[in-house]
Amino acid sequence: MNRIEQLFSRKKENILNIYTTAGYPKLHDTVEIVLALEQAGTDIIELGMPYSDPMADGETIQYSSAKALANGMHLDLLFEQVKEIRLKSEIPIVLMGYLNQMIQYGQSRFLSACSDSGVDALIIPDLPMDIYEEDYQEKMKSHGIGISFLVTPQTSEERLYKADTLSSAFLYVVSQSSITGNNKNIKNDQLQYFERLARLNLSAPRLVGFGIHDRSTYETACNFANGAIIGSEFIRQLRSSEDLTATILSFIATLKSS
Amino acid sequence: MSYEIDPRGYYGEYGGAYIPEMLHANIEELRSQYQEIMADPSFQKEYNTLLRNYVGRPSPLYLAPRLSAKHGGKIYLKREDLNHTGAHKINNTIGQILVAKRLHKTRIIAETGAGQHGVATATVCALMNLECVVYMGSTDIERQAPNVARMKMLGAKVRPATSGSQTLKDATNEAIRDWINNPHDTHYIIGSVVGPHPYPDMVAKFQAIISQETKQQLLEQEGRENPDYLLACVGGGSNAAGLVYHYLDQNDVKIILAEAAGKGVHSGHSAATSILGSLGIIHGSKTLLMQDKDGQIIEPYSISAGLDYPGIGPLLAHLISSKRAKVYSATDQEALEAAIELSRYEGIIPALETAHALAVLPHLNLKTDEIVVLNLSGRGDKDLDTYIDNIDTRSNFQ
Ligand SMILES: Cc1ncc(COP(=O)(O)O)c(C=O)c1O
Repeated sequence: MNRIEQLFSRKKENILNIYTTAGYPKLHDTVEIVLALEQAGTDIIELGMPYSDPMADGETIQYSSAKALANGMHLDLLFEQVKEIRLKSEIPIVLMGYLNQMIQYGQSRFLSACSDSGVDALIIPDLPMDIYEEDYQEKMKSHGIGISFLVTPQTSEERLYKADTLSSAFLYVVSQSSITGNNKNIKNDQLQYFERLARLNLSAPRLVGFGIHDRSTYETACNFANGAIIGSEFIRQLRSSEDLTATILSFIATLKSS
Repeated sequence: MSYEIDPRGYYGEYGGAYIPEMLHANIEELRSQYQEIMADPSFQKEYNTLLRNYVGRPSPLYLAPRLSAKHGGKIYLKREDLNHTGAHKINNTIGQILVAKRLHKTRIIAETGAGQHGVATATVCALMNLECVVYMGSTDIERQAPNVARMKMLGAKVRPATSGSQTLKDATNEAIRDWINNPHDTHYIIGSVVGPHPYPDMVAKFQAIISQETKQQLLEQEGRENPDYLLACVGGGSNAAGLVYHYLDQNDVKIILAEAAGKGVHSGHSAATSILGSLGIIHGSKTLLMQDKDGQIIEPYSISAGLDYPGIGPLLAHLISSKRAKVYSATDQEALEAAIELSRYEGIIPALETAHALAVLPHLNLKTDEIVVLNLSGRGDKDLDTYIDNIDTRSNFQ
């Protein structure tokens, strides 16, 4: 059993997944941030591989990605940082990035680097499911790397089932039709969509992301799924932070019920 | 060798649809219907009528005598600059707005570099009474001010793209993000043969009117359909795709493409994608693009906003890598000189983009009876400020 399967076998509710961009705010902050997140009670780390052209991301993650790249972040260093985290922590780590990054690094070199450093799964929003089946599924399996596909309110039932079957890590439930960072309160049509998914008898654990930004949206998401993912709001917290660990501990505390 | 798109949306190994799930429903709606819509006789009639009576097609095929005398051969200019709005871009926007209407969309978005595609989109939105939002890089908003004013006059909203190099690539990213945020009522009119399938194919087919007319016009004027050379500039590749479309299987017709070398291909300030690029994914398409070893997209540079793009359409990538097309590049300076030359020799002020194609003419070493059709993709009104600055600083062109 890999780290993600272990997590879901012992915990099925209120899973907290926090997204952070590797190399942000400063190049070597990644390890401290991940360890503080674990200490604060985060269950999964979604580690962003900063990209020059993040097509699905809003201003906040565009900013953190551009800053990380300007800091000098690159993939070799990212894998080094994951190795350093693994000296101290077994928290599940999911890399999030764009397909071009993986292609240029080299598919097999990338997957080996993932398994050697201790990455557990990938989220590659622009990797189509059919290309994954043809060219990635077996190789990722043999490297022990899981994958999460995204579904949205527009995803047809047929595609939903397919994404569910293929998602070996968890199903990434995009809460609304938007890019990341659109922090509004959850509306009725979103609740209906969450309910619809909950009734479908899907096999993969479901985590809701996009727009989750405070205790109320986190709790709502957890009512309908196994947990939630917070990204842009976490980056915003880091952006105004003077003491990363302190900021992280207090932000995560605000999410958790007493 | 086939140059047609395959059922999965590839030309050889280039193309496809590498898009996040948030775009899937919109792209799938378009993909599953565009061929049927375009083949429908009522669509064809509406499209062709608008091209004739609104755009002013067919555009003339003009034998340029003094330019021919200078460079040898017989140089024909396909006068897309005489289209309504001043470039080839409107062939595509007329087609796509009719597709959008048949998909019952009420809101149109577009990206633009030089502003020609933005103007052509704003124009058809006014014509069809649809809301229009155009994304344009902040750098381009500055250097193509006349087109920004035209878009506003036509009732479009122009939104600056402030990320990256603030040019065409970034405007395209912003348009894609807008589409993700507006999944129901919006159609994205892409301005070139780029983006996820089915865009490259759909845009190429709308621009194919250029080669369709050229064949007939050349037959009338020269007694033959096929020239020896076709020559076009390449940003994303739409005017080139249109010029070559009906000639792809005619191997006696040589295809020459002109890329922007900026300050020199290896100067670090260039947009010469076919030389500097490698296989990867940009804006949902697998194609050649300028990138570093980690796949980060490199900011291109060209004096011409319409060629300032780090990728190239998948059809063009396929033509280049299969050696069906040959690529030359022209620097900023060579393009400026070629623009001044055409103005002084033929009384035609070309767009800066087009000037890159003109700058390639000396490389062809034309024999007297060889025929070239050069796609005069647009007029130079939008570039007058840039031209004037350069004429003033160059004594031989005073
Ligand atoms: C006049 C003109 N020619 C050429 C281009 C380049 O685009 P494409 O390569 O799609 O023809 C542009 C783009 O803005 C343009 O305005």
